[in-house]
Amino acid sequence: MIRNLFDFLVFPGFLTAIFVGLLTGGIDRVVTARIQWRKGPPLFQNFIDIIKLSAKEIIIPAGARFTFLLSPFFGLLAVSLAAAIIGRALINPLESFLGDVIVILYLLGIPAIALIIGASSSRNPLASVGASREMKLMLAYELPFIISLITVIVKSKGALHLGSIINYQVNNGANLYSFSGALAFICMLLCAHAKLGFVPFDVAEAEQEIMAGAMIEYSGLALALFKLTKAVLLYLLPLFLIGLFWFTNANLFVFIGKFLVIIVLFVLIKNTNPRLRIDQAIKFFWGPVTICALAGLGLAILGY
Amino acid sequence: MSLKINALTKSLWVFHAACSPCNNCDIEILDVLTPRFDAERFGIVLVGSVRHADVLLVTGVPNMKTKDTIKALHAQAPKPCLVVAVGGCACGRVMFRDSYNSPCDLDEIIPVDAYIPGCPPKPEAILAGVIKLINKVKGKE
Repeated sequence: MIRNLFDFLVFPGFLTAIFVGLLTGGIDRVVTARIQWRKGPPLFQNFIDIIKLSAKEIIIPAGARFTFLLSPFFGLLAVSLAAAIIGRALINPLESFLGDVIVILYLLGIPAIALIIGASSSRNPLASVGASREMKLMLAYELPFIISLITVIVKSKGALHLGSIINYQVNNGANLYSFSGALAFICMLLCAHAKLGFVPFDVAEAEQEIMAGAMIEYSGLALALFKLTKAVLLYLLPLFLIGLFWFTNANLFVFIGKFLVIIVLFVLIKNTNPRLRIDQAIKFFWGPVTICALAGLGLAILGY
Repeated sequence: MSLKINALTKSLWVFHAACSPCNNCDIEILDVLTPRFDAERFGIVLVGSVRHADVLLVTGVPNMKTKDTIKALHAQAPKPCLVVAVGGCACGRVMFRDSYNSPCDLDEIIPVDAYIPGCPPKPEAILAGVIKLINKVKGKE
């Protein structure tokens, strides 16, 4: 019991996830600045932002429903739990429970739903535009995300434990080093990018277009909780990708290297693409990405 | 000096409140964000929503229409919210002082924390003004 609480609150879960996620966000900001030939903020800027936001006033717009202040907590709790499950499975693959991949799949959907609920209960027209976009984007990326996950499950002989997927890779080589695995990895990387709300797919929060979209009415601690949710996602999605596709041995330094490679891929995609319109984003995910994911699934069934 | 003030001065999120300006000050404000001056070094970023703002950068002369808008904007921002008047118009209405469409100064509508004069002020002047604002918040001269 105490061990589970410790897992959830401290080591692979909440506190570690926040620390690593905010630090990774700082790396992202510095690298982005260097790409744009700037000096960029200090590495710990995101921590300062969170401290500042938590000391500011929280404004509740007139007529907002009670879910306005409740929904940020849902998102953060769900992603912390997912971080704890993934972290436990990576540290000790034999300990994971049956069907944890499916649990993680559902938990990863919750932050977007929390954002939609919070935005729609704020009674702001721009927030409702952001919420509707977030909903469409979610419908768009969940399909290839699930197909890629099924590809991985097929490749590791129908294993539904994250632990046994990892064990299969340790014994038979990483999923990434095969045609079907590479295709599924690319598709899942793009879906993870959309889940993080990074630039080509940041239609829900388009700063220049609908101000901050879904977050427009949030201030103070509530906004900080959404930022923390994003930070935890930035920590756990690379971990999830490594666990599904790229886990060959438990060497810590190799692991950190792989984590950084995935972060660099995110930063590069983010800095070399302009924002898509929502209809373009849906066409992209239901067109090329889904076709790639289905091709990967077919190849996996054929054994490539 | 408390952690709260320290964090506030190191991460000022700026909302650009254009109060009927002629756009020269706005262009100079955008210059501060370009790679040459890079205000993000100090944690300064431009935000889209006034609910996220720590600083209102006001440019231009308040006229009959915008004087109510700027008051509403200041009320919508979460406190502590600082106000910076950029440019001669926002500081003291310069040549529009006797205009039929210029009811009052900016600091008669909302409390102003720092004034950056100039027509338009150079990017260096804007950065110097921000540093003066930070020193004022920290409580030293």
